[in-house]
Amino acid sequence: MSTIVLLLVTGLGLGALYFLVASGLSLIYGLMGVLNFAHGSFLTIGAFAGFELSRRIGDGSWGALVASMVLGAIVGTVVAALTEFLLIRPLYTRHIEQVLVTVGLALASVALFEGIWGTDPIYTAKPAWLTRTTTILGARIPNDRFLLIGCAVLVLLGIVVFLQRTRYGLIIRAGVENRSMVTALGIDVRRSFTLVFAIGGAAAGLGGVLASVYYGYVSAHLGGSLLIFAFIVTVIGGLGSLAGAAIASVLVALLQQFANFYLGGTGDLAVVLALAGVLLVRPRGLLGKAT
Amino acid sequence: MTKNILEVSHLSGRIDGQQVVEDVSFTVPNRGVTAIIGRNGVGKTSTIKAILGLIDRAGTVTLEGERIDGMDTHRIVQRGVGYVPEDREVFSMLSVEENLRLAERDGSPRREMVAELFPDLVERRAQRAGTLSGGQQQMVSLARALINENRLLMVDEPTKGLAPRIVAEVTAALEVAARSVPVLLVEQNVPVIRRLAGRIIVIEGGRVVHTGDASLLDDESELHRFLGVHTSREGERA
Repeated sequence: MSTIVLLLVTGLGLGALYFLVASGLSLIYGLMGVLNFAHGSFLTIGAFAGFELSRRIGDGSWGALVASMVLGAIVGTVVAALTEFLLIRPLYTRHIEQVLVTVGLALASVALFEGIWGTDPIYTAKPAWLTRTTTILGARIPNDRFLLIGCAVLVLLGIVVFLQRTRYGLIIRAGVENRSMVTALGIDVRRSFTLVFAIGGAAAGLGGVLASVYYGYVSAHLGGSLLIFAFIVTVIGGLGSLAGAAIASVLVALLQQFANFYLGGTGDLAVVLALAGVLLVRPRGLLGKAT
Repeated sequence: MTKNILEVSHLSGRIDGQQVVEDVSFTVPNRGVTAIIGRNGVGKTSTIKAILGLIDRAGTVTLEGERIDGMDTHRIVQRGVGYVPEDREVFSMLSVEENLRLAERDGSPRREMVAELFPDLVERRAQRAGTLSGGQQQMVSLARALINENRLLMVDEPTKGLAPRIVAEVTAALEVAARSVPVLLVEQNVPVIRRLAGRIIVIEGGRVVHTGDASLLDDESELHRFLGVHTSREGERA
């Protein structure tokens, strides 16, 4: 029983990280049709920005962690918005070129990060409470999982409130469904593109700092390794569906954790097989729109 | 004030590289309903989309003397062009109210007028548009255009696939709208064209082959030539 509880909560923690990356990916694809391979770079730059701030203002304190999370989100926002404005927007409607640009940016940014911070992981400090465990139903749960889950839930609620209660949220929801009809109502939908990139970048940048807490290090490849699973989550959840991304994040992470423990470390394989199964049985994903 | 609200000159349009509108020229007077008619697939909808910039286009289009052919779609609509697309294109995941709120272009939406025209939508304001009947979705689509003060209304096959009772409601709403704004209407339903339109523009093979008074459709042989249908006045009255 305690093992199952441990795997469940750890899976939820990992799912929280997947969601922070996948939420932006899903919204960006849903509204703009852009597969953003540079999204992992937003996460990595957020993680490094948080790390740099944290080591300057007091390694391992709560204040430093909170400030790092805020800075990570801000840096992710700015880098993502600039990416959309400078690289994606000039290639509007040219989707192949947009994908190529994001792939190029992802490769170039990893090389840049390696040039600045080196190729080896840099281990990070975190508040003492996060290094300890809490016992639930006999399972000793690492406390950092609660932080990850809490942050992901807050981000999910924040995005839902934004989408449901604001005019830009309304435009984005409508644009995900039928972009050209939004334009035909007299709305410049391209303004929302930058906003969606910025929201996705903020979640990814925050996710970068939290990933460094979860893994205990930052590295130039942090974003790339999470991006693969975030793409899988996005496809399984249904491209363009925020709720689908949330559900699929949890399902994929739990599957990964349980398969790793009970099926001899085959978590990654199980996730890829699940992706193949979804593509064969329900190509639009769990909550994706029918095409 | 110019006599014509819209002037289209040598307009052509392409979808995925294929020419769907060829050298179309016509004018729309600044009052009444002008109907674009023609058989299925001749380029009526594409002509409307080319005017709005929803497909690649070339040629000259002026709205009350102002060139709009180089503008993005949203800028054309912001200049006071209401658009009701073929097949309604309501946002199915949004509620009726959200569909209408999204369409509001300025601070003085005509919500009361829309509520008077379509009282059913008031009752269903919280319902998801995707769960409405075809007729109710058409009302949402019309209401989205009518909620704003427009200089021109472009309406694409508003009665397509609707039950006779709903056709009558939609036609009545368009009749009311046409009292205050010129309408460019794409329509196949002959009784509706006869009731609403003062002028007709006939398109064949992506080109305008005739423009003139709608009374031309009283001639059965002309009607058959332009639309490929026969109609009887008895049936129309029924």
